[in-house]
Amino acid sequence: MDDKNIILCRCEDLTREAILQCIESGCRTIDEIKRVTRAGMGPCQGRTCRMLIAQELSAYYKVPMEEVLMPTFRPPTKPVSMGVLADACREGGAE
Amino acid sequence: MIREVEILVAGGGPAGLCAAAAAASLGAKVLLCERSDVPGGQLVKQTHKFFGSEKQYAGDRGIHIGRTLADAAVNHPNIEILTDAAVLGIYEDGVVTVLYKNQHLKIRPKRTIVATGAAEKFLAFPNNDLPGIYGAGAVQTLMNVHGVKPAERVLMVGAGNIGLIVSYQLLQAGVEVAGVIEAAPRIGGYLVHASKLRRAGVPIRTGYTIKEAYGNGKLEGAVICRLDENWKPVPGTEEDIRCDTICLAVGLTPLAELCWQAGCQMAFIRELSGHVPVVDGNLETSIPGLYAAGDISGIEEASAAMVEGRLAGYAAAGSLGYEPQKAGELRQGAAEELAELRSGPAGARIMAGLEKAAALLAARKGGAGPC
Repeated sequence: MDDKNIILCRCEDLTREAILQCIESGCRTIDEIKRVTRAGMGPCQGRTCRMLIAQELSAYYKVPMEEVLMPTFRPPTKPVSMGVLADACREGGAE
Repeated sequence: MIREVEILVAGGGPAGLCAAAAAASLGAKVLLCERSDVPGGQLVKQTHKFFGSEKQYAGDRGIHIGRTLADAAVNHPNIEILTDAAVLGIYEDGVVTVLYKNQHLKIRPKRTIVATGAAEKFLAFPNNDLPGIYGAGAVQTLMNVHGVKPAERVLMVGAGNIGLIVSYQLLQAGVEVAGVIEAAPRIGGYLVHASKLRRAGVPIRTGYTIKEAYGNGKLEGAVICRLDENWKPVPGTEEDIRCDTICLAVGLTPLAELCWQAGCQMAFIRELSGHVPVVDGNLETSIPGLYAAGDISGIEEASAAMVEGRLAGYAAAGSLGYEPQKAGELRQGAAEELAELRSGPAGARIMAGLEKAAALLAARKGGAGPC
């Protein structure tokens, strides 16, 4: 099947097949899919896959895109090394 | 240690630079954080001339506009610019964290203007992870910023302004453009850009999509096919296009995660190209003191981003007590300039999106929802 060769989440190397399996097994939100598959947890933090997954949810559950629940957005917006955070902590900048 | 700041601007593109300059012109002190190593945003790679009116530097090339805006901000005594400074988070108490080179900064601004712009959309099709498949903007960066010839033969997917302009710039760089395909029944970008391509002999095919990419280890070609009026592929219309690069120019989406984090009221508005913070006439979000300007509140052209930036900058400075009357007048002038920019046929879609956003704002302000 083609779905095996369609990548939706580049960072975590997740195919459309994997995301659809996840939806068919009962996942209803982007956050649920994220917890099961790690979709959106890579370096780009979901900027590539988020709306592609939202489209799949919209099509499967027949809800308009306006109503597809977005995931929770938390800092940081990009990966930060532990060393940087440790330095900041030592200097009182990351309490 | 938390650094206190009057106005923090996140993003040094056209909106952010104009916001900083506007606020500083009224006397406010501004700190601008830009993720990349030079300010200017996407203007730094726009080698074509801009449209619009003189106020938005029409007739000038984007790259020069970016330099003009950046120089003005860099030389202003009230503006401090940090480059290599990515804003990481906006917290409940208004504290903003920034990754500046290798340091983690904490900043408490009195006002924050988020001008983080947009990201390119990706497309799902078989083998869409083959090396050689790029966003059109990424190819434009390689070519115009870094001087790298990105390809030998390109298939451009999308005939909006980005797809058309980047195709022409590829030709200028000596790259063959096999064709431009567009899923919609008509070309989305300006006719002047499309005409230049057609005169150069590049086919532009509307109602076509990419069926699959193929190649052994790297991209070698793509199969395209026609779409019917219901956007379904028409069997038997497949064509093979040999190419070593596919550029995806299938639209931009607002980079609004900082607004999500801050807890702003957000809405998916198709005409604005994605989820945007719902803003008022001052471009202030539902979080007091937090403004959004430029592509983050709806995808438009750089000209609109510049004016939105000015508007938010005047509003933010005025609200801090810097020449409030003058700030109000300047803000009003910027609002009128925006209305003018959006009055043409190209602005109809944006206007429809803004009307939807205005209805959501009215519902919020009217106290219709739970507080």
